[in-house]
Amino acid sequence: MFGLCGLSVVVVFGMLLLIIVFIVIEGAGVISWDFLTEMPRDGMTAGGIMPALVGTLLLAVGAIIFALPLGVLAAIYLNEYSREGKLRRWIRMGINSLAGVPSVVFGLFGLALFVNLLDFGMSLLAGSLTLGLLVLPIIIRATEEALKTIPMSFREASLAMGATRWQTTIKVVLPAALGQILTGVILAIGRAAGETAPILFTAAVFYMRVLRVGLMEQVMALPYHIYALMTEGIHPEEQEAMAYGTALVLMVLVLLINGVAIWMRIRSRKIKKW
Amino acid sequence: MVETPTVRRTGKAVPPDQLKPKFIIDKLNLWFTDAHILKDVTFNIPEKHVTAIMGPSGCGKSTLLRTLNRMHDLNPDCKITGSVKLRGTEIFNPEVDINDLRKDVGMVFQRPNPFPKSIFENVAYGMRIHGERAHKVVEQRVEEALRDANLWNEVKDKLHQSAFELSGGQQQRLCIARALAIKPDVILLDEPASALDPISTSRLEELIEELEGRYTVVIVTHNLQQAARVSQYTAFLMLGELVEFGITDEIFTAPSDERTENYLRGIFG
Ligand SMILES: Nc1ncnc2c1ncn2[C@@H]1O[C@H](COP(=O)(O)OP(=O)(O)OP(=O)(O)O)[C@@H](O)[C@H]1O
Ligand SMILES: [Mg+2]
Repeated sequence: MFGLCGLSVVVVFGMLLLIIVFIVIEGAGVISWDFLTEMPRDGMTAGGIMPALVGTLLLAVGAIIFALPLGVLAAIYLNEYSREGKLRRWIRMGINSLAGVPSVVFGLFGLALFVNLLDFGMSLLAGSLTLGLLVLPIIIRATEEALKTIPMSFREASLAMGATRWQTTIKVVLPAALGQILTGVILAIGRAAGETAPILFTAAVFYMRVLRVGLMEQVMALPYHIYALMTEGIHPEEQEAMAYGTALVLMVLVLLINGVAIWMRIRSRKIKKW
Repeated sequence: MVETPTVRRTGKAVPPDQLKPKFIIDKLNLWFTDAHILKDVTFNIPEKHVTAIMGPSGCGKSTLLRTLNRMHDLNPDCKITGSVKLRGTEIFNPEVDINDLRKDVGMVFQRPNPFPKSIFENVAYGMRIHGERAHKVVEQRVEEALRDANLWNEVKDKLHQSAFELSGGQQQRLCIARALAIKPDVILLDEPASALDPISTSRLEELIEELEGRYTVVIVTHNLQQAARVSQYTAFLMLGELVEFGITDEIFTAPSDERTENYLRGIFG
């Protein structure tokens, strides 16, 4: 049994390594400073991916700006205010189901609600909101986990001094949980940066000649750019090399983001003394 | 006759019914779901004295103490009947602002539970939530509270370090300082020394003796010597019933109830 488990670990790590090595070998050739900072040129066969990089960062940040307050407040309601019971179980189940919805469904929902009904059109705003919905369960769960690790005795001490529940949450519980919440948030940013389907119908364009940044502007995005390079255009070979280069950038970006999250988790564990 | 621990205080205590009561507890009953925990508890806690609540484990001491600042409000399974009056006002009255009540009735818990903040911020916390903004005032009251809690000399040079860097005994005195800083009338202490070593315990006991005369102190303790050293009045609980209430020395030397006597003998015999 031990042998089998050991083997599984080797296979898993082997695959991970293989993916990384493969992408690096295929993609490293096109990587250069210009690749990161220039607009795409000549039908996406030359130039860089700057607008896609910028677009992905904007989408991820936009998603968090929307999902962070909403998610944290929802988690506070669930963990600090609501009492054990039917309502809370239903809400939890809803959140868990939301986490299990395929991302392309979020894309369609975003199209219907944000693009059409609210008339935001295909835009950074509509894409961020859609991605925000997608990462909302991650943020709610991470925050709830974080709040649960805060000892009851902190809350009791605060309440016993005549603090309201809200004061207790804001001044004692949240600051103590902040490190862990941020870890979850950063993981959510990584998730948002890597998703394609939710922005497919809500925000992303194949190609832009000049970079335009604005809430109501469409954006390019790294994952979608890979898709575009592989399926559109008339120079498949050059485009494929560009696609691997883009994939490498996206992978490094997501790994970096996750690395920061891991580093923060370790740090908050070290600081914590209760 | 039961052998008693030495009583440090001198002077004859007045019977509790001749003193002005801080709390008037009348036929207090409390249930957790179906378990009847406090049964018809009736006695007055005298003002500006130290009253000990004693009794075997699980008899409801903590439960009684937590009733006095309505900590049970957090627990939906808890049902209370009867009356507790603080300075003549019924504390269970829906018009009573629970945050004002708790501002008047401070509490220190069994395990030291400072906030994950600096020493200064721990003591300042209560003032800040009750709206004190002026930095001068906060600073002054923090020092005052730390002095009152016999902690000032040990921490005055490291006020902005984390409270977790203090020893257990210092943390507990910090918690008392934190409670004193909002100038309560009453301080409830639930076995405040149970997690402390003997030296920290005796420093804490000295502190409690010093609080006498200025605050109404109610202290839950398992330890008879401790009750004898710090309290003037003792309430003896058993299985949720108040068996006896009176002057501490008298309860220890001449308990009027057989159950008290058996309990004391069990501990000393
Ligand atoms: N939140 C609660 N829910 C249900 N039962 C409780 C709760 N808190 C206490 N009890 C029960 O009430 C009884 C009295 O508990 P309490 O903590 O008041 O005892 P105590 O006298 O303080 O004991 P100890 O000396 O061990 O601290 C116990 O039987 C305990 O199991
Ligand atoms: Mg207890």
